[in-house]
Amino acid sequence: MSEASVQPGMEKVFTRSPLLGTNTHSLCPGCGEPNAVRALMENIEEMGERENTICVLGIGCYTAFAALMEVDCQQAMHGRAPAQASGVKRVLPDRLVFTLQGDGDMITEGIQEVIHAAARGEKITAICLNNAAFGETGGHMTATTVVGQRTKSTLEGRSPERHGYPIRLPEMLTGFEGVAYLARGTVHTPTGVKKTKKLLRAALETQRRGLGFSLVEVVTMCPTGWFVTPAEGPRFQQENLLPVFPVGELKRPRDLTV
Amino acid sequence: MSAAPGGTAAPRAFMEGGHALAEGAIQAGCRFYCGYPMTPSTEVLEYMARRMPEVGGVCINVESEIEGINMVWGAAGAGVRAMIASTTNGMSLMQESMSEMVLGRVPAVVVNMGRGQGDYHQCTRGGGHGSHRMIVLAPGSAQEAVDTAYRAFHLAEKWRHPVLIYGDFMLSHTSETVSFAPPPDAQGPLPEKTWATTGARGRAPRLLTSLGMQLDADGAPAGIGPGEHRVDTTAPMRAAVARHREIAAAETRVETAWLDDAELIVTAFGILGRFARYAAKLAREEGMRVGYVRPYTLVPFPYATYAEVGARGVPVAVFENNAGQMVQDVRLGVEGRSPVHFIGEISMDGSGFGVGPKIDALHVLEKIREVYPQRSAA
Amino acid sequence: MAKSVGTVLIDVERCKGCELCIPVCPPKVLEMSTAVNAIGFRYPVLHDGCTGCELCAEICPDYCFEVFRAVKPSHYEEARA
Repeated sequence: MSEASVQPGMEKVFTRSPLLGTNTHSLCPGCGEPNAVRALMENIEEMGERENTICVLGIGCYTAFAALMEVDCQQAMHGRAPAQASGVKRVLPDRLVFTLQGDGDMITEGIQEVIHAAARGEKITAICLNNAAFGETGGHMTATTVVGQRTKSTLEGRSPERHGYPIRLPEMLTGFEGVAYLARGTVHTPTGVKKTKKLLRAALETQRRGLGFSLVEVVTMCPTGWFVTPAEGPRFQQENLLPVFPVGELKRPRDLTV
Repeated sequence: MSAAPGGTAAPRAFMEGGHALAEGAIQAGCRFYCGYPMTPSTEVLEYMARRMPEVGGVCINVESEIEGINMVWGAAGAGVRAMIASTTNGMSLMQESMSEMVLGRVPAVVVNMGRGQGDYHQCTRGGGHGSHRMIVLAPGSAQEAVDTAYRAFHLAEKWRHPVLIYGDFMLSHTSETVSFAPPPDAQGPLPEKTWATTGARGRAPRLLTSLGMQLDADGAPAGIGPGEHRVDTTAPMRAAVARHREIAAAETRVETAWLDDAELIVTAFGILGRFARYAAKLAREEGMRVGYVRPYTLVPFPYATYAEVGARGVPVAVFENNAGQMVQDVRLGVEGRSPVHFIGEISMDGSGFGVGPKIDALHVLEKIREVYPQRSAA
Repeated sequence: MAKSVGTVLIDVERCKGCELCIPVCPPKVLEMSTAVNAIGFRYPVLHDGCTGCELCAEICPDYCFEVFRAVKPSHYEEARA
């Protein structure tokens, strides 16, 4: 079916952002990460920042988006993207610089880097795609794996006694003076994606106005890492992850109007 | 040193090696520095903390060496001359990123003001992974530290390859008169930074990666979907190995003296080269025909110089402040045709980094006297 | 037959058959195919009655959907008639 087959009087109201290119990606069926990336790139496009943006990607499934996103990208070592993005932002302070990381990357391996970037009030936006599992390695425990969640390294489910408790990073950072914006979104429903897009916009706007460090955690589906079918992903996320990772804004600059 | 108004350095100054290296880096255009304090690299951080703001640059006291090396990756990846200095243990922490910066072709400068010379293997092989070798330069004086700072940034951009400068406590803390004129070989045109991620202003997007992900020639994203894979993680490794071969052919540097009639070669690197050279001179005054070799580039190592020595069957005595590390490269160099004596040892004070009693030309001379008579046995 | 005030173009060759679009469609006019695409996945097919609400496009991780909607009142009325 081509566009010519659409009946007259109808107008195109939704299409893929040109900043996502035309190629396909190799992420699994039912993955939530592409939804977060789409919301992000729509914001960059709408803000007119395509030529002013540098993305620093961590190591995870989403790293593959480096070859799709139509902005300048640097790939970082696992966990170190906030440090690398700080280096970029300090020498190019007028650019829009964001990190794209997973929970395993930002919260498990790299929590030191993100905490210190936040404490320094680096004017970057850190974006964490939290699916509570190491998706790329095939479903292992991360620092955000929820209690009871089965992974290939918590076979009976994460037990507080043996594996401890998940980390809520945005909640942790609320008291930091250098942090200007904190939020958590979800992409398991269409409205969730729309709201997440607004949260990402507010974070990027916080950076653009030089108000301080901004971070958005986006809870994403990982049916492969959760050992459920793609269609079951949103329900699994709703029942298991969202009670632990509530969505909404945790910190917002007083005069931010977006 | 006293900086003239406007941030330009006085042409000559009396400075300790660590400060001289830092000022040399600034004169070479370094505008991003970060570091974590650790003796004897602390002086570089202290100097940069004062000087960088004067020249409009950035100096950050980082929370760890791991964070520091990755900040340098980001700044250098954005096209700015960026440097970090650390010491021994801190260098161990940086190994993962340094390995990948070779593969990702990030032209940053990393300085190891080490404790003793026990990091030779770490600097030349690394505790890192993959098929990586950095370019490793070992200055032997405060003046050479200045020259090396210029040269390091020049080589880094010429080859788009990270460069490591390896000094030690004595280099960092020895004050000497230095000139800040750039060495002739560190001048001249450099390739345009067509890889720097500065925001895709009026051009196609760029991707700086060590993983072998590729964009199409016009910068358009290459497909990563089924049947469209454009990822070859071994490509950066093969490219690094090929580049290293070219670097070895073009950039190997070594200081030699009295090789023509030498019946024994004494060899050392870094500031210990000066002790070895002086000891060789004293030995010649005693009638011993002693030659001298000091590798300046530890990577690429001057194997050819040692191969010539080996071809003549001349024994080599290796003086290092460690348990014997460069001696292995010397053995590779002479290709089994010369006896190789290790005459060094770990010699530091109780603090673990100060100068020990065996760092002394007369001690080296004593060692030369011991091994010189063995030359006929070769 | 239900009239459509919107429609979607589905790039079925991008589809990986996750089925996330099926339950989010308010008028329930998307259904998985029995045939498979070139990479072996079933994909959604559209029946009459699309409202152009964009929810399928919002949830689709593979960016398969383009959405069209009747924006001129006259056409909208015509379609509803």
